[in-house]
Amino acid sequence: MTATPLKGSGRTTAGPLADGTATTVRPRRIRRRGRSAPYWFLVPAVLLFAAFTVVPIGYAVWLSLHKVQVKGIGLGKGARQQVWNGIGNYTAVFEDSEFGHSVLRAFGYGLIVIPTMLGLALVFALMLDTPRARSAKFARLAIFLPYAVPGIIAALMWGFLYLPTVSPFYYLLREFHLPQPDLFDGGNLYLSFANIAVWGGTGFNMIVIYTALRSIPQEIYEAARIDGASDLKIALRIKIPIVMPSLVLTFFFSVIATLQVFTEPMALKPLTNGLSSSWSPLMAIYDAAFLRSDIYGASATAVVLALATFALSFTLLRVSDRYTREDRA
Amino acid sequence: MSIHRHQFSRRSILAGAAAVGLTGTLAACGGSDDDSGKSSGPVKLTYWSWAPNMDKVAAIWNKKNPDITVTVSKQAAGKDIVSKLITAKKAGNAPDLIQVEYQSLPTLVSNDVLADISKYAKSAKSEFAEGLWGMVTLGTDAVYAIPQDSGPLMFFYREDLFKQHNLTVPTTWDDFAKTARAAKKALPNAYLTTFSSNDPGLFAGLAQQAGAKWWTVGDGGKWTVGIDDAATKKVAEFWGGLVQEGVIENQPMYTPAWNNALNKGTNIAWVSAVWAPGVLVSSAPDTKGKWRMAPLPQWSAGESVTGSWGGSSTGVSTDTKHAEAAAKFAAWLNTDPEALAALVKEVAIYPAATKGQSGSVLTPPAFFPNQTDFYDTAAKIAATTAASAWGPNVQVAYDTFSDAFGKATKAKKAAQFDTALATMQSATFTDMKKQGFKVTEA
Repeated sequence: MTATPLKGSGRTTAGPLADGTATTVRPRRIRRRGRSAPYWFLVPAVLLFAAFTVVPIGYAVWLSLHKVQVKGIGLGKGARQQVWNGIGNYTAVFEDSEFGHSVLRAFGYGLIVIPTMLGLALVFALMLDTPRARSAKFARLAIFLPYAVPGIIAALMWGFLYLPTVSPFYYLLREFHLPQPDLFDGGNLYLSFANIAVWGGTGFNMIVIYTALRSIPQEIYEAARIDGASDLKIALRIKIPIVMPSLVLTFFFSVIATLQVFTEPMALKPLTNGLSSSWSPLMAIYDAAFLRSDIYGASATAVVLALATFALSFTLLRVSDRYTREDRA
Repeated sequence: MSIHRHQFSRRSILAGAAAVGLTGTLAACGGSDDDSGKSSGPVKLTYWSWAPNMDKVAAIWNKKNPDITVTVSKQAAGKDIVSKLITAKKAGNAPDLIQVEYQSLPTLVSNDVLADISKYAKSAKSEFAEGLWGMVTLGTDAVYAIPQDSGPLMFFYREDLFKQHNLTVPTTWDDFAKTARAAKKALPNAYLTTFSSNDPGLFAGLAQQAGAKWWTVGDGGKWTVGIDDAATKKVAEFWGGLVQEGVIENQPMYTPAWNNALNKGTNIAWVSAVWAPGVLVSSAPDTKGKWRMAPLPQWSAGESVTGSWGGSSTGVSTDTKHAEAAAKFAAWLNTDPEALAALVKEVAIYPAATKGQSGSVLTPPAFFPNQTDFYDTAAKIAATTAASAWGPNVQVAYDTFSDAFGKATKAKKAAQFDTALATMQSATFTDMKKQGFKVTEA
């Protein structure tokens, strides 16, 4: 899994201190000692980074280039050997249509979740930011609250609500003789997962956008109002363009999270026949590593997914960078 | 990871990494290493088990054997423990004693996790039925574990509803189909039972009853995978037909909806194993005293064969420095009368040892007050358990079962049950071949 956010941590602590010590009586010696100080400050971070990011990733890459070779009927001591497999596991990943499908499913899910979630978050944030909004504090809390519910609990709770025989919603549908859709069937599955993610994630994204909105100087609005702009116009012409970097940021996070969707399908899987054990890319990796005990294949898949996520993130960052720069100019 | 869980700050991830590192070291301290050697101090053994209250049974042993102390470490059940054990073995710190489901034995032996304890435990053989002992030897001269509990399949039904609607308790699978149709007619909102795709163990047990041998080792030192053999095909087609006909439900077991169906009487029977009362207590609490147990329906009238669903054994790992002491404990745990009584009372298992299946040790389950001879009947059924045939990649077969049969049950098409079985066969065979096993298809 990604631990990329670790990189660069601890980088700023050393600079000012090193400069500060440089002004004492015997400058030359002290400066030399001072020069090594930043590295000492870096040591804890580098050690942790190496131990918990670099080494595990290296080990995963090493595993992904190996496989197990069984001799004969494979019982007893020495029946299994770890042997070099070159890129064998990687070609298997690309030949495995099931993994490709899981990636497509994740994208399909993302196509529903991301626009809905960010759209709602933006609308809520804009509504809360209008001067006429009433009981804004309460509304903000209410929208944010689902984010505080742990993902697994949210998924289980919604799972109950999706099951026809125990769900109060289905009870009402039955009472009023309305159609009762199967929420675990085919395309509805995407909506069911997306609903959980939107329910849980909108609040967080709303707060990010709302915070950006609050930092806009009020004078701009006054000027706009004097020019005769309505609240709607202010929102469309001033607020949205200004909070664009926040929107890009939340979009960026959401895309990565989409590729790594795991909790919802995993928690709902036991409730239905309609969900395969490799529904999402991470589920496929989990399944290979922990149910099929194929650590080697799972490592290769994980490396491929990590590289793809990295490539996607990099491209998105480049695009958004260019966009915001043009915006500024 | 849900969409909003991922937006941590860098700092919190770093803190998390540090915390994980800490627990890693702590866990390492709890390992089974015993550097004290053979001469000084008591032997300390670690026992990985997922059974509740196993520590209470170990306490009895510890009191009587001050020179060998067993510490129980509670684990996640069944399928999860297998990869955990394989990983622990790779790190060289597998626990001394392990609870292992029968179907996982070949996998663990193949990964060199389980030690051959025939030197110390051969004498235990006479305590068990032949079929059970065969499972822990894998048909070789070695002994890889001591059987602990078994799960012979039986037919559980709602006695009150069967009487009320004049339904007959099926003795053959033909009767079972008839009863399913009659039940659907009498109770349009209910089903006799469900065919679940989320527990391959039941399907494996039903195939075992029909005479299937999924994995066998031939004389030439070669595995044969026969998951889509005639016996299993018969079972798959039988259930597929009933699901397609609409007289057997297609919903998975162990869901809130399933609990509700058992509790409200919209599933009026359950093909299950001897441990079913323990599940019914929590799944269908309102139906106490309304259930009754009967032998599993047979493929031909007059036969009496059953399969098994679940059950586990106690093995000794190859990493232990005290194989003899560990084997001694394993044998005591599963054959000593006092230990068996404690296993029944505290852990609520159905003992594998023949003498544990009769006598005063087993009091009839409180949930079945109407069937005081529950365990007498169970012992008779248990004696008819067909031999099982497990292979070194049961996990792959089981995993494929859930996906392939999940699709088939959802589609409610008998033909797809056949396809699902073929998928299971080819996935299992291909996996073995890929790993380098000498293997053929039946």
